Amino acid sequence: MDSRDGDGSTEDYETLIQTTDVELLKRAWRQEKAAPEILKFETDLITRLTGQIELVEENVEQDSQSGIDPLTVSLYQMDLDRTQFLLRSYLRIRLQKIEKYIFHILATAELYNRLSKQEKEFAKSCLVDLEKHLEESVLSKLPNNYQSIFKQSMISEENDMVAKPQLDTFVVCKTNDYLGHIQLEDNEDGSSDDRANQRPLEEPFEMETDVLYFVRYKAIKGFVEEGRIDLF
Amino acid sequence: MAGQSDPNLSIFSAEEVEFMAEDEMVEIVPNMRMDKLTLICGDYGPFFPQMPAQVPLWLAIALKKRGKCTIRLPDWMSVENLSQTLEAERDSQESFQILPFHYVEISRLLFDHARGDIPDVYTVRSLIEDIKDVRFHKVETSLESFEDARSSAVKVKNLSAMEVNLVRPFVGRALQAFYKHGSPELVPNPERMPPRQPQATDSIQRRPLRKR
Repeated sequence: MDSRDGDGSTEDYETLIQTTDVELLKRAWRQEKAAPEILKFETDLITRLTGQIELVEENVEQDSQSGIDPLTVSLYQMDLDRTQFLLRSYLRIRLQKIEKYIFHILATAELYNRLSKQEKEFAKSCLVDLEKHLEESVLSKLPNNYQSIFKQSMISEENDMVAKPQLDTFVVCKTNDYLGHIQLEDNEDGSSDDRANQRPLEEPFEMETDVLYFVRYKAIKGFVEEGRIDLF
Repeated sequence: MAGQSDPNLSIFSAEEVEFMAEDEMVEIVPNMRMDKLTLICGDYGPFFPQMPAQVPLWLAIALKKRGKCTIRLPDWMSVENLSQTLEAERDSQESFQILPFHYVEISRLLFDHARGDIPDVYTVRSLIEDIKDVRFHKVETSLESFEDARSSAVKVKNLSAMEVNLVRPFVGRALQAFYKHGSPELVPNPERMPPRQPQATDSIQRRPLRKR
């Protein structure tokens, strides 16, 4: 990887660079940061990386004891720090989202399944604590009809005290393959937007590769999950 | 702290954008010998004196700080190329010239740490500042033309990372507001008379309790 010898191998070089675990983690981190809802946990990637990180941590420990050139040690340490930052930030963002939308995530099977094993446990115990806290400090003191955690009052038809992620936010994204004919308005899905069947259909929207677009997250949600669109 | 950059989750701080820029590759000329580095993010080296090598920017800066190498200026940063880019930026009102995605961060880092390696550093610096200004002015004027309330997607061609990050919060909220308010209720359409659904407690329209 330290020499480029012609266009053919530069392309392979590019793809090789694209698929290092750190690159994948960086991508996962960016996606998670930019997306309004929680995405699927990258179990394999994180397991591999935690393994690598632990290994390097041990090595750095040993090397700094055994008197290997401190410059080399510090470079390994820097690389380690960078990777750890990405990992920690990734996990923290997910935790923030879990805390923010906790009732919604636990109530929706699809979202709940996107959590890792530890996150699920965290979410469950967080829920218990939060419910208890709300009960004791606020809800028990409210009049009888207003004591539910999920509903504003007994006459509410749905759980309107539950914070849901705003899927309508606009995100910056880039596509990996050319995508023609993206439906920008949700017409089929009448339930989410009751203005949908009144809005005239626009021209189908196309996205060229390698160009940034501001798009409504909901319109490209499926593509993000498939990995065809990258968020920035 | 990692991940604590902003209470609003989806904003990247300037430091985080710089972090991403630091993975870009640059060419260095080491002045010493070093064994291969098997880093988590890839393998680099071995390094030989006077033999150019490609490394990520953060590694180049680290080596430079310890006086172990010189950094070769990227081609796009030569006075010639920058002057051409500036000309072209000034000439075209609509489009942006093609520059590396992280040109702001890369040039900033090189100015801060590798000044000695840049010939005509003051010229290069002022050219980049000018390019930044012209581009940002273009971004501002194009923001004024977001009148089409039905635009559900906006193409930003050739914008750089820092520029995108600066306008992201504003453009995001503006487009969202347009989308929300740009419904055909305001534009009477006599042909379509769909039944209106009763809007009782509607969780979409309720704003989250915390202001964004």
